[in-house]
Amino acid sequence: MASEAKAEGSKELVFHPMDQFIVKPLAGDGPVGLFTVTNVTLWMALAVLAIFALMVLGTSGRSVIPSRIQSIAELAYGFIRKMVEDVAGKDALPYFPYIMTLFMFIVFSNFLGLIPGSFTTTSHIAVTAVMAMAVFLAVTILGFVKNGAGFLGVFWISSAPLALRPILALIEVISYFVRPVSHSIRLAGNMMAGHAVIKVFAAFAPMILIGWIGVLVTPLSIIAITAIYALEVLVSFIQAYVFTILTCVYLKDALHPHH
Amino acid sequence: MASETHDAAATASACVDAGGGAIGMPQLCGEWMGNQVFWLVVTLVVIYFILSRIALPRIQAILGERQGAITNDLAAAEDFKVKAQEAEDAYNKALADARAEAQNIIAETKAEIRAELDEATAKADAEIAAKAAEGEKAIAEIRANALESVKDVAKETAKELVSAMGVKADARSITSAVTAKLKG
Repeated sequence: MASEAKAEGSKELVFHPMDQFIVKPLAGDGPVGLFTVTNVTLWMALAVLAIFALMVLGTSGRSVIPSRIQSIAELAYGFIRKMVEDVAGKDALPYFPYIMTLFMFIVFSNFLGLIPGSFTTTSHIAVTAVMAMAVFLAVTILGFVKNGAGFLGVFWISSAPLALRPILALIEVISYFVRPVSHSIRLAGNMMAGHAVIKVFAAFAPMILIGWIGVLVTPLSIIAITAIYALEVLVSFIQAYVFTILTCVYLKDALHPHH
Repeated sequence: MASETHDAAATASACVDAGGGAIGMPQLCGEWMGNQVFWLVVTLVVIYFILSRIALPRIQAILGERQGAITNDLAAAEDFKVKAQEAEDAYNKALADARAEAQNIIAETKAEIRAELDEATAKADAEIAAKAAEGEKAIAEIRANALESVKDVAKETAKELVSAMGVKADARSITSAVTAKLKG
């Protein structure tokens, strides 16, 4: 650490790929309390504003022939609504606003995180775990409320041979409780890894200032940053999509526990 | 290490070193999680209300309206199509009617002309017959007159011939002689 602090003076490469994920207060250097306004607050607020701009301001024309922004909003609406209907069934439509909320938040946080110098809220386990746990708890409670003890049928695979069913039930129970973990780590891990990799390549970019090998390394690292950035654009959308569609799948289990 | 050389305020956090760099993964820093969770919940609630109260009903209304407009337009188009079909049928019917009427008129006119022609022919035939009869009568008359004249001329000629020969003959005997000759 001390050597890195010195690095500004000397000609050394500086690697701080994880610094971009530090949560800090917007004003001053004080400790981060529960209600402190931090960079998390800022970027979540920006996500809210962006969602408001797209979904409310964009549709304020209410035109039958939509403007460009309105058609994007309609596209997002139709995309998630169709997903809920196709994956979880028609009786899942009352939960469509919740799923839409999750999708819009994740997709906007992911894309805002791609702005250089920004803070990616969805790269934090704390954030994705809360969403995944909320989905897990909501789906579990909903399953028991809707089906009573019949919800346990989700673990009892009636299409399997009788002898296998207890073993399968055990596996199903384990996989059921692993769901929120994989659900949250998948999103946070993807976002974190991509951003960290970009940062690592970025650290190699000033190599040309240090030695002749930089003639080779600097262009390569810039090309790599560009390529990873393109991949991250894809990942940003895909992970939001995956999180949403898994939510729909879990919701389907709650509403129709029998395979 | 470096923390020894810096003041305590900068190292108050267990997750950030004195130089402002991250210690380990910031994602696993427990100090910040409460803050993140709090703001996340606030954010999600705000987004939920924006979407469920304003955006989603509005978009649903727009889509419904569009669907309605499309349905209406399709129905109107169907209506117009039916009307066009009706108009075409009416046109075709009118055309057929007109054709039939024209045929009727042609047939009627033909019959009329034929009748008139027949009448005129009959009249002309009758007139011709009458004229022919009249002519025949006139010819007969003329022939009779001519016969009479021949008799007169013969009598006169005979009387003259007889007197020229110096014989005085009476008119009665000459007449009867001429009549007998003419008959023979």
